[in-house]
Amino acid sequence: MNTPLFFEARQLACIRDDRVLFSGLDFEVNGGQVLLIEGPNGSGKTSLLRILTGLRNPDDGELFWCGSAVSELEAAFYQDVAYVGHMNGMKDDLSVEENLKFAQALAIAALGIDDSLRKVGLDGYQTTSIRFLSAGQRRRLALARLLCTRKHLWILDEPFTSLDKASIKMFENYIEDHVAEGGIVIMTSHHDTGLPSKIVKKIELQS
Amino acid sequence: MTSHSLFSAFLSVVRRDLLLAYRHRSELVNPLAFFVMVVSMFPLAVGADVELLRRIAPGVIWVAALLASLLSMDAIFRSDFEDGSLELMVMTPHPLSVLVLAKVVAHWLLSGMPLLLITPLLALMFDIDVDVIWVLLLTLLLGTPVLSLIGAIAVALTVGLRKGGVLLAILVLPLYVPVLIFASAAVDSAASGLPISGQLYMMSAILFLAITLTPWPTAAALKMSLG
Repeated sequence: MNTPLFFEARQLACIRDDRVLFSGLDFEVNGGQVLLIEGPNGSGKTSLLRILTGLRNPDDGELFWCGSAVSELEAAFYQDVAYVGHMNGMKDDLSVEENLKFAQALAIAALGIDDSLRKVGLDGYQTTSIRFLSAGQRRRLALARLLCTRKHLWILDEPFTSLDKASIKMFENYIEDHVAEGGIVIMTSHHDTGLPSKIVKKIELQS
Repeated sequence: MTSHSLFSAFLSVVRRDLLLAYRHRSELVNPLAFFVMVVSMFPLAVGADVELLRRIAPGVIWVAALLASLLSMDAIFRSDFEDGSLELMVMTPHPLSVLVLAKVVAHWLLSGMPLLLITPLLALMFDIDVDVIWVLLLTLLLGTPVLSLIGAIAVALTVGLRKGGVLLAILVLPLYVPVLIFASAAVDSAASGLPISGQLYMMSAILFLAITLTPWPTAAALKMSLG
C-alpha cells in the first residue's frame, strides 16, 4: 500500500425511533490500527458500523476516507471497504467456491480461492453448498471472503460470534496481518480480544 | 473501474441468478403453471363460443401474463435482502443500477421468456390466426421486459416490509396499463388487417425508456430499504 490510509468521522449522530443513540462522535483511524467499538446492547454499535459502511446515512456529521468525503467518493470508497455483518451475505444454495467467485467478480481479486479456504481451514469444502455448513464454518467463510478480495478497510460486526477458541485466535491473527500491511480494521466485539493493545484504539458508546 | 470489469460484474450477477434458479427448478414452473391455468379458465367460464374466444384471447393472454409476472416479481430481491447479499452488492465499486439491471435481465429470462415460449400453444387453443400469433408474440417480447423493469421499482420499495404482496400489486398494476393498452391495440389491429407499426413503435419506445430510466429509482429504493 503506497499512500497512508486514514478514515475519519466528524460529529456523527444517529437517531433511532426518536432516541439519540449517539451524537457528536469524532474519531480517526490510521492505517495499521484496529478501532474497537465497545458498548452495551442497544447502544448503537451496529448502527454506527452501518453508517461507516455507507449503508445508512448519518443523521448528522460526515465521514472522510483519506481526506475526501465518503458521500462524494462512493465507488472509490467501496473499492476499498469490506463489510461482515450479522448476515454473511452468502447464498445458501450455491457452493463455497461459487460464493467466493461471485464475491471476487464484484471486487478486485487478491488471494486465490483455494488458498484463502486453506487459510481458514475450509479446504476440501469447495463444492459443499453453504446450506450444509455450521454457523462457525459460515463465519470462517466470511473471513475467507475478506482474504480473497483486496480491500483496505475491514468493517466487522461481531466477527467472533459462534467461533471456537482456535478460530477466534486464527481470525485475530489475520486481523493483525491485515493491519501490519497498513490496512484498517473497525470492529465490535463482546469478547475480550487478544489483539496487542498497541495497535488497538477503543471508543466506548454509552447507552 | 474499467468498463470491462463492469461488464463482467453484470454478467456474473446474471450468471449467479440463473444458477440459483437452476438449483430451484421446481419454483420456476409455478408462474408458468399459473399463466396456463388462468388462460384455460376462460373457455370454461365464458363458454365454448369460438368467435367470442378468438376475439378475447389476446386480451386474456396479456392479462394473465401481467398477473403471472406480478406473482414472480416479489422474489427478485427478497432472498438477497434477507441473507445480506444485497448489502454486499450495494458495497461494490460498481453502480448499483447496473447490477440491478442484471438482476432484472435474469428475472426476465426466467419469468418472461417461458411465457413467450408457451403462448403459441395457448393461442392455438383459442384458434387465433397464425399471423396474429406472431404479432401477439412480438408484443409480449417488447412488453414483458417492461413489466419486469417497472415491477422491480415497486419490489425494491416494498422489500423491507413484512407483507409487501398486496401493496406491490396495487403499486404496480396501474403502471402496467400503458403496455397493456398498446399491446392489445396492436393485436386487435392485426386481427382486423390494419397496420400495427404505430403501436409497436410506441412499445419499443416504452421498452427503451424503461431500460434506461428504471434502474436508477430501483437502486435508490433498494438503498432506502436497507438504510
